[in-house]
Amino acid sequence: MTMKSFPKPSDLPVPAGAEGWEEIYPYYLVFQDELKEEEDAKFWFCDSSHWPTVFKPFETIGGEFAVKCLGQYNARHLLIPNANGIEFRVHLGYLYMSPIPVPEDQIAARVPEFEARIGHYFGDWENKLAAWHDKVKGTIADMEQISFDPLPEIVPFEDITNGVGKDGSEILLDNYDRLISLTYQNWQYHFEFLNLGYIAYLDFFNFCKEVFPNIPDLSIATMVQGVDMELFRPDDELKSLALLAVELDLVQHFSRTDDPAATLAAIAAAPGGERWIKQWEEAHEPWFNFTIGNGFYAHDKYWNEHPEIPLGFIADYVSRVQDGAQILRPTQKLIAEKQRIVEEYTELLDDEAAAIFEAKRSLAATAYPYVENHNFYIEHWTMGVFWRKVRELSTMLTEAGVFQDPEDLLYLGRNEVRDVLFDLVTNFGVGAGTPIAAVALPKKIAKRRLIVDALKTARPAPALNTPPEVITEPFTRMLWGITTEQVQSWLGNDEDAEENVLKGMAASPGLVEGHARVVMHADDLSSVQAGEILVAPITAPSWGPIFGKIKATVTDIGGMMSHAAIVCREYDLPAVTGTGSASTTIKTGDLLRVDGTKGTVQILSNMELVSGPGAHSHAHQH
Amino acid sequence: MSNNDFIEFFDGGLAPTLDSLGGKGASLVTMTAAGMPVPPGFVVNTAAFRAFMGAGLDQAINEHLAQLDPEDIQAVDQASAAIRELITSRPVPAELSEVTRQAYADLQSRFESEAPLAVRSSATAEDLPDASFAGQQDTYLWLNGYPAVAEHIRACWASLYTSRAIIYRIKNNIPDEGLCMAVVVQKMVNARVAGVAMTLDPTNGDRSKITVDASWGVGEMVVSGTVTPDNIQLDKVTLAVITEHIGDKHAELIPDPATNCLVEREVEPQRRNVLCLTSSELEAVAQMAKRAEKHYKSPQDIEWALDADLPDGQNLLLLQSRPETVHSSTTAAPKLGAGGYASSLGYGSVSSITASLTKITG
Repeated sequence: MTMKSFPKPSDLPVPAGAEGWEEIYPYYLVFQDELKEEEDAKFWFCDSSHWPTVFKPFETIGGEFAVKCLGQYNARHLLIPNANGIEFRVHLGYLYMSPIPVPEDQIAARVPEFEARIGHYFGDWENKLAAWHDKVKGTIADMEQISFDPLPEIVPFEDITNGVGKDGSEILLDNYDRLISLTYQNWQYHFEFLNLGYIAYLDFFNFCKEVFPNIPDLSIATMVQGVDMELFRPDDELKSLALLAVELDLVQHFSRTDDPAATLAAIAAAPGGERWIKQWEEAHEPWFNFTIGNGFYAHDKYWNEHPEIPLGFIADYVSRVQDGAQILRPTQKLIAEKQRIVEEYTELLDDEAAAIFEAKRSLAATAYPYVENHNFYIEHWTMGVFWRKVRELSTMLTEAGVFQDPEDLLYLGRNEVRDVLFDLVTNFGVGAGTPIAAVALPKKIAKRRLIVDALKTARPAPALNTPPEVITEPFTRMLWGITTEQVQSWLGNDEDAEENVLKGMAASPGLVEGHARVVMHADDLSSVQAGEILVAPITAPSWGPIFGKIKATVTDIGGMMSHAAIVCREYDLPAVTGTGSASTTIKTGDLLRVDGTKGTVQILSNMELVSGPGAHSHAHQH
Repeated sequence: MSNNDFIEFFDGGLAPTLDSLGGKGASLVTMTAAGMPVPPGFVVNTAAFRAFMGAGLDQAINEHLAQLDPEDIQAVDQASAAIRELITSRPVPAELSEVTRQAYADLQSRFESEAPLAVRSSATAEDLPDASFAGQQDTYLWLNGYPAVAEHIRACWASLYTSRAIIYRIKNNIPDEGLCMAVVVQKMVNARVAGVAMTLDPTNGDRSKITVDASWGVGEMVVSGTVTPDNIQLDKVTLAVITEHIGDKHAELIPDPATNCLVEREVEPQRRNVLCLTSSELEAVAQMAKRAEKHYKSPQDIEWALDADLPDGQNLLLLQSRPETVHSSTTAAPKLGAGGYASSLGYGSVSSITASLTKITG
């Protein structure tokens, strides 16, 4: 069989209106003509699971920090014997990655360092992780202290008498630099434990595959996955508030949650409302530092800034409680089932092997929950504060006349924003008035807006160039579900392919039929109706409340340990992840059969015209 | 459908006793209770045998056996024939006859229409030479209607006095006092789908798998290899399907009610290339294999069937469970890498993690 290839970067058509798109991103993020031969020789896959939407220039910060820091822990901190970091580029607005292997002859030399370094962590995981929490929360507290105040009209007299000798502009510049560097700091911390969590998981995974050939990945995942995780706390808080609302007979006040001020006022005025409001407020810190997005985009909405979102979810839970539904996760059942699975596999081994099995499993079960829980601290909490501070800055800059619209800032790279700040403080400082940006930037920003909108009209290619014959790099396989089989299936080399059947990972077991709801963006979540099958490029765990009412989940990208997979197992829903193209192949309303045990999605019939109350047949244009 | 002094249903809930039910009967009751439902039926117990044999019949028998020379084959044959004639011609006591007829009616009420039954002897172990001997002689298949069943129950009782059994007891000094025989009355399996299941992967002995072969009709074509069955491998712990190969299944054996024989017929194309088990049926087969392994405490090779006369959920029947012999002497022990695993870290050792991480897994 001859190996087919994905297109080269230069083969992909530039969407009309996006010409010159390279100029909107930093030079080091785009493919270079001078490096064409080298770059075309590498296999790049698109990470649309973390970055499903085109980057606005400022938003590359999340991709840059995340992938850089991931790689540094492989290459520089832990010296993973067979894996360096991951190179990355932005092409036509989407992020493409290429893992960097370690040359065969260098692997052995890295082993002693690797073992000493992971031994340091695995020998004292709980204490080290506690220290991590302190560091990360300290960073967040520092970020919260940052403010972007207008520059003082004149230097205060006491600064004169105190000999400060500065005009306050340094605070603005410094705060901006601190915001960036503190965010970078938490992204570095993010990966201090993440790669270790994956290492422990992979170690157990490989052992299981050795002693139980072909053991389903799902069984392995179930044996190490935490059942009660911090990542589920925000959702649990909403469920608890819903149950309290029913208990206190406050149900009638949840009919207009799109007006949160009125809703909260009505609740506060009602008998028992005070108790409910108290619990609602207590839940905010830290659990409402939670986004329905994934933390990587400026448009991600956070619960604490958009109370209509958690209130809407609570209203949803309230009505389900009233319908007699059980909204709490079946935690006891999940724990018992996990225990049964562990015991039954253990019983199949002799004593020596069982001891190794349990040692590896308990290490993985200790280290792995971080892989999920960190998400709250970094993607949600840290990035929630980050984007809030960025909005404060852009609002201040707009009021200072630099921008016409606070959103304008997002169309500049973070280093271009630094220039704008110096422009501001210079012109302010010398008494010239309006910064040059006010006249120099509007055209540029308007053009960039058009380019970003044009880039959004095209979906990314799943991958670029020729894939290697086998994909061995363990993190790529595990984090992104990029396996040899998956790549072949994207290329259409799947010999068993059936018409109207999409294949992916059997990420959460079960078989259901139902109508599809394609959600390209978190803002479309409200269109999801009870009993539908969620189809999305990716899901975020913060979509928790949605999982309580859907029947199954299908995603384009993601492996056995992707967020969608974990949340679906938690909610006892079938899930097929990593299908490559479900969100573009399937249309809202299509009748699907999702087999989360086999990893298949069958389109039984194409979209019927949906009508009637609650029906949404609009296209998803995000 | 209740047990009484003479009758014990397989699913009657009583503890099986060898003395009362014989070996085969006790095993059928045990298996049913252990969640391995055999074709439904009941045992006419040894108390029934004694009630029948009492009141003088045993004395008449003893007269025929007195002074019998086991080397005189002709004399033994004559005595055997005479005794068996005594047994099969003698009327069954009314009380016994009544409960047997009632048990027959109770059993038939489980099926949509009156089903053919099998009648088998169930000896208490010490009375007969060996199980295969009893089995060969005393299994009567495809019996239709109560009179045929009643007649063959007596035939089973009479089988205690075949020439071979008589000679065996004389030569081994086994007294005829207390001789007992229970009789099993059981539904003939009307297999819609049948096959085998092993509680391991037969290709490598991996005990974390269950391997199922399934085809249409009676399972003999699967066992003999004259049809390519569906072959499905499941994870033993979670019952997730790991591999699934749809066999061609070109033919099936099914019972022909007119002749009470199995006839082979071609399977129509639309049934050939689809799985013959639904996922819930497959799961039930795997669960039953798992229970058999747990019950017998060793890897098992079972034969099973889905009976067309029984309702869904009750139609999966276990026909046979025997120890798997090829791999069961080995465990699923891994080929362990080098390195001290009882690490001072309290976890899996670091060096084994390195080995695992740098290995290419497919």
